[in-house]
Amino acid sequence: MSADAGPNAAGLARDARVERVVLLGLSLPALALVTVTMILPVGWLFWLSFLADDGSLSLVHYQRLVEQPSYARIFRTTFEVSALATLICIVLGYPLAYVLSQLPPRVAGVAMIGVLMPFWTSILVRTYAWLVLLQRRGLINTWGMELGLWDEPLALVHDLNGTLIGMVHIMLPFLVLPVYGSMRAIDRDYLKAAANLGAGPARAFRLVFFPLSLPGLMAGAIIVFILCLGFYVTPAVLGGGKVIMVANRIANDIEIFFNWGAASALGVVLLVLTMLVLWAASRLLRLDRILGGHGT
Amino acid sequence: MSRAASLPITVREIAKSYGNVRALDRVDLDVRSGEFLTLLGPSGSGKTTLLMVMAGFVRPDCGSLRFGDDEVIRLAPHKRDVGMVFQNYALFPHMDVAANIAFPLRLRGVPKAEAARRVEQALAMVQLAGYGARRVDQLSGGQRQRVALARAIVFEPRILLMDEPLSALDKQLREHMQIELRRLHEQLGMTTIYVTHDQREALTMSDRVAVIERGRIAQLDAPRRLYERPSSRFVAEFIGESSFLPVARVDGGFAYDGRRLALPDGPAPEGKCLLMLRPERLRVLGAGPPAGMNLLGGTVENVVYQGDTYLLQVRLKDGNAVGARGVSTGTAMAALPPAGADVILGLAPEDTILLPDEGAPP
Repeated sequence: MSADAGPNAAGLARDARVERVVLLGLSLPALALVTVTMILPVGWLFWLSFLADDGSLSLVHYQRLVEQPSYARIFRTTFEVSALATLICIVLGYPLAYVLSQLPPRVAGVAMIGVLMPFWTSILVRTYAWLVLLQRRGLINTWGMELGLWDEPLALVHDLNGTLIGMVHIMLPFLVLPVYGSMRAIDRDYLKAAANLGAGPARAFRLVFFPLSLPGLMAGAIIVFILCLGFYVTPAVLGGGKVIMVANRIANDIEIFFNWGAASALGVVLLVLTMLVLWAASRLLRLDRILGGHGT
Repeated sequence: MSRAASLPITVREIAKSYGNVRALDRVDLDVRSGEFLTLLGPSGSGKTTLLMVMAGFVRPDCGSLRFGDDEVIRLAPHKRDVGMVFQNYALFPHMDVAANIAFPLRLRGVPKAEAARRVEQALAMVQLAGYGARRVDQLSGGQRQRVALARAIVFEPRILLMDEPLSALDKQLREHMQIELRRLHEQLGMTTIYVTHDQREALTMSDRVAVIERGRIAQLDAPRRLYERPSSRFVAEFIGESSFLPVARVDGGFAYDGRRLALPDGPAPEGKCLLMLRPERLRVLGAGPPAGMNLLGGTVENVVYQGDTYLLQVRLKDGNAVGARGVSTGTAMAALPPAGADVILGLAPEDTILLPDEGAPP
């Protein structure tokens, strides 16, 4: 304590310390959970990926990833499918979020239940439901042919089409929610100001509304893209073995070959690539804004 | 930027209802070309609705609105070519200051170099030269207000609308900006409609003030006339401080407390009347009151020191309370009677204003 400390300085400083300790204590359970469920398994995965079959340290799993062209193909497929699904989500989701954001809040709340409904059913159930709808003798092909819209059953499933349909369906709310949020947050006065200054509806949208909704769109797109990278069930059920994504290969390596090392290496590479995407996105788009910070 | 051409505004029978609330009740209003006219009223009186009808953001139920000779009531907002300063400024957060101000020029296809020159000019006019590259969130409230103003005038609109533009600023800055807005108006000369609920602001800035009461214009007059000759109790209460005393009609004149009132020239209102008293127009009289003044006798209840002024709270003989205000010079304070003492208040005949008694206010 310095000689010129004012009255109660020591006591007040101790109160501040106690407050910090209490705050730390409150966050402890969550920190412990994250450590146990996240950091430990990932660390273990990381460790396994550097062990050869005989238990010695080696890069053999990574060597195989580089040498076998099939792995490169799987990663390419994963990124292509994810990018395509994200793009379709944007095309479908942005206008939907726009319509919702223009509704009176109460009506929008009801409509939002419709958007969120898919969240209330398991992904597996929804994916098999699509299988029922999309297969050769499924509901869509039967009706389409009965109505004379097409003559031969369309290939809607067991390929890329089916995988994309399923993935977009599951991912759409993840895009709509942040976009809707950012659109709702746009003060209507901005659009009034744009109109007052001479912008018709189209230009007001292009020059003011769209740029202001962009952070939400970017947040949604990144969430969707990253979640897509790890998809397993949908490509497995609706891809018909033709769409093999990294997660499917990991499952194969473990279930069929019991090759934990190879699976771990795949997992680590996917994790690193995902982090690279996030990092690039944050460099490009200022992640602090996307994640809800105010920026400076 | 030079004096722009300005336009008169003609409002005829504009009405707007929200459910069974009449926001505007068949309003008529003539705004002169180049005039600074303020719409003054309590919140919910319809003043902002009228401004929004002029800007094109509220579609009225009926009525006519002309800018000059052109009927604009059905014209879309972006085709009206009026400048507007919003209450919250509505500066685009994704553009810097210069881009905000250049926005209307960009929409009008003004070449880049020319636009940049005019942006600089507009910034200089609001005393923010060199601020073009700042982001909006780096500006203080007063600076944002100036940028919003620069953006509203940079395309030289002939009409400027302002919706409580100073309400978010602190008192000192507000008073400073009032004078600056007035200076800009004199420099640019565009017809200006200004909405506020602050009566002092309205009196300070305007050529004329329209007091709005429940969707109607209660009185439209120059500030001084509005203050000194309000047409109703509502206007008198809304503008400045006042108290009211019931007066009796006596053979061709009026009397209060048995004393006949000396009145200014001109017709008195019909029916029952009230005497309006402004605290600063009441004089505390010593012995030997001057002739010709109306006198009110009472007891001092309290002397309140308010810095620049004092307020003497007086209970009149019939039980009504009135206040008398004066400048708090040492001599004046020393001469004030103490609480409990009897006092005589004087009111000059030209300040003795009678208003029709419409019954108690709601």
